[in-house]
Amino acid sequence: MERRGIRAGGLGGGRSREATTAGRAGRFPGGRWPAWLLLAGCLAAQPVPAAAQTGDDAFRALVGEFAGANFRQKEAIAERLIATGHGGVRDVLTALLEDRLFERGDDHQVFVVESNDERLTAYQLLDPATLARVEAAAPEQLERIITNNRLRRFLRTAIARFDASGPDPRVRLEAVRELLRRLDDANLDVLRGRAAVETDPDVAYEIETALSIEALDDADPQTRLDAVERLSGRLNPVVHNRLSALVATTDDGGYAEPEEAVRAAAVDALWQIDSRRNVYSVIETVAFGLSLGSVLVLVAIGLAITFGVMGVINMAHGELMMLGAYTTYVVQMWMPDHIGVSLLVAVPAAFAVAGSAGVLIERTVIRFLYGRPLETLLATFGVSLVLQQLVRSVFSANNRAVITPAWMSGTLRFNEAFSLTYNRVYIVLFALVVFALVLAVLRYTRLGLDIRAVSQNRAMARAMGVRTERVDAMTFGLGAGIAGVAGVALTQLTNVGPNLGQSYIVDSFMVVVFGGVGNLWGTLIGGMSLGIVNKLLEPFAGAVLGKILVLVALILFIQRHPRGLFPQTGRAAENT
Amino acid sequence: MKTPALRLPAAVADRVSVAFLGSLAAVAVAAPLLNLAVPESSPLHLSSYAVGLIGKYLCYATLALAVDFIWGYCGILSLGHAAFFSLGGYAMGMYLMRRIGARGVYGNPDLPDFMVFLNWTELPWFWYGFDRFWFALVMVALVPGALAFVFGWLAFRSRVTGVYLSIITQALTYALMLAFFRNDMGFGGNNGFTDFKDILGFDLQSDATRSALLAATAVALGASYWVCRAVLGSRTGRVLRAIRDAESRTRFLGYRVQDYKLWVFVLSAVLAGVAGALYVPQVGIINPSEFEPINSIEVVIWVAVGGRGTLWGAAAGAVLVNYAKTWFTGALPDVWLYALGAMFVGATLFLPRGLAGLLPVRSRDA
Repeated sequence: MERRGIRAGGLGGGRSREATTAGRAGRFPGGRWPAWLLLAGCLAAQPVPAAAQTGDDAFRALVGEFAGANFRQKEAIAERLIATGHGGVRDVLTALLEDRLFERGDDHQVFVVESNDERLTAYQLLDPATLARVEAAAPEQLERIITNNRLRRFLRTAIARFDASGPDPRVRLEAVRELLRRLDDANLDVLRGRAAVETDPDVAYEIETALSIEALDDADPQTRLDAVERLSGRLNPVVHNRLSALVATTDDGGYAEPEEAVRAAAVDALWQIDSRRNVYSVIETVAFGLSLGSVLVLVAIGLAITFGVMGVINMAHGELMMLGAYTTYVVQMWMPDHIGVSLLVAVPAAFAVAGSAGVLIERTVIRFLYGRPLETLLATFGVSLVLQQLVRSVFSANNRAVITPAWMSGTLRFNEAFSLTYNRVYIVLFALVVFALVLAVLRYTRLGLDIRAVSQNRAMARAMGVRTERVDAMTFGLGAGIAGVAGVALTQLTNVGPNLGQSYIVDSFMVVVFGGVGNLWGTLIGGMSLGIVNKLLEPFAGAVLGKILVLVALILFIQRHPRGLFPQTGRAAENT
Repeated sequence: MKTPALRLPAAVADRVSVAFLGSLAAVAVAAPLLNLAVPESSPLHLSSYAVGLIGKYLCYATLALAVDFIWGYCGILSLGHAAFFSLGGYAMGMYLMRRIGARGVYGNPDLPDFMVFLNWTELPWFWYGFDRFWFALVMVALVPGALAFVFGWLAFRSRVTGVYLSIITQALTYALMLAFFRNDMGFGGNNGFTDFKDILGFDLQSDATRSALLAATAVALGASYWVCRAVLGSRTGRVLRAIRDAESRTRFLGYRVQDYKLWVFVLSAVLAGVAGALYVPQVGIINPSEFEPINSIEVVIWVAVGGRGTLWGAAAGAVLVNYAKTWFTGALPDVWLYALGAMFVGATLFLPRGLAGLLPVRSRDA
């Protein structure tokens, strides 16, 4: 169940994005719809078959015609299906759009299948008219009814017309937006019909947008002016395109819009739209920066403890994250039926795995090297090589696929110009939660007290009866465990492979050094600001050059402030 | 630079140096002889592959020497020395690319293939002059030296030391790697330079050229050794060791620590650049992956394994570790990283003075 949801969600998301760009590319409404309109007109006149039984049969027969038809014929069949007014039309068209319509090889009958997940050994067939379960068939016996881009566009519009009058306001909103992309007469008829009865304000707003766009073609200048004023500041890309078209010059040197006042209003409206868009794009950049910054903070918190608090340069930090990521993978393998929960289970599991690896490393290697930071660096680098080879030996060098649970995918949409994918939102929250937990551990627990005491004055802590050796091991374990937790988050962002850790090691050291060694708040602020600066630079400099610029700026920053943003003060600082 | 023979300068007159330079001279003479003069049927014949391999090891040894010079004697742990090595290599690569001329795939007499491929019409300004060998040689030293100067001037003046310095040197090489991966930098993007034809008119594929390059590398290594010994044997060398052992105290005694550090850092970068320049014609390729931070760290392993603070030990460590790498990746590819990792941990835990520390011979200045 879970898997299927993810799959369908993922595919659907991809397609609709594709459709948006196709729509923006400027296919103007009209042109190829009169045929449909004719049929729609006929629909009103045509007598609807009285007996449901014969209706179902006729419907099945019509659906059966999809088998062996070419794309243009399929479109015609779909139009005839819509004309039947049968209750199953929407489901059949949706199935066709989602590649769930299959032809059975033996008798060329066409069925809807429940799920077309490639991992299934048998597909459950459904009767197209009633959606009742018929029987199951092996995928080899079935042939998919394929679609092309044009047909899929047609299907989306057709489905949107059904959805525009559905019960769920969110579905209606999406449907109206879909119709808005291709404003032909048929779509406008549907929208006009809805305008009178629509109760949801968001949907009504979009319908008004659509009708105002139509009014831009009105003969009366005053109507056009009113429409432009209504459209002012609306973020739907269609609005921007249409208004831009109004003020554009035509080939003969005149304007598309003859009336001066309307043009002026349109320029004003465009300015409104652009300024609103700019505001949202800044907000979006900052949000992207925060999510990148959260990743940096996550990968750096563990390091801030081992490096910042203990003064141990742990080059194996990246590999501890890698261990966390592989733990996530293993947990998912263990509970394939509960992918959604597995990620939550993976967090403590990764903490335990990476943490115990950390304690092991501390006990066997690092404790002999305290006070010799450069040697520690080398030894932990050796450990990192061993860990990398270890996962290569156990899991092979190939990347492992960690499935994104359904609750992580999807988009949080604020308006046409600003939306965030859920994984970005979750990563920010996750980073903040981890940060707060670490802070709480250091501040309120016995372990935290010991850690602080040892890092401030080892000899004194020892004299007071703190078992410093044990505290060292626990501190390193804590840092390593948090690296593992960061690894869980990374599975949702990058490939899980033996090189996962290496790609973050430079970044995470930069964050810690930038923020100021031994200062967790510095790590938080340093990570977030590096993320935001990175994203702010990206539009001007490109991703790679932006990153280079940040690195160079960091190198220069460290020259000015060798101890970071928030340097440690007092006696502890002198000893490092 | 001639291989020192009878009258040695005072700086290299000790037994260890004589042994090191002597064995280097022996390799420089014997390897080409065994390759060129001994017939292939003879068991004493050295294959061209082995000649290339030895040449490569000697380049690495020079690089290790450069790292040990600043790490072992001045306490500057650079985790970005592969950057200087690669820059020297790129400078030489640019000369070799210009030498290809019209023999490239596209047959353009002026533009290297990758520029034709990117639809560039003229040579970028920074490629001018690289058709002359002497200019390339100057750049091999100048580019890494200048970068080291600017970087070191900024870093040492603000007293960025220890771990912080290591980390920003790593950031430096990382940033350079990202930069060189970009196609519009004009350095061939991720493919870098390859398909070289000749150097100074000598075919790079021929055995004689390879032998000559090996001998040249041996001479360069010997010369680098001699330069480092000369510096370390002088009064400056004593100040450097003082900085390594107690930087603040040295500063309080009135020495301008940042200047000393800056000049040895620049010298070390130049040596690394020379090593890179000799490396490229012998392996026949240079690309941005040479800048990867892990490469710089590997150099530090060679030094640590060989023996930090003994120049010959660093060179020997580079050769030994790389020989082990060649052998392991051929015979037991899966075990190599375990072995390398274990070498790292083992060397730092049990051999703080490296393999050189195991030998009874003690360098005078160690």
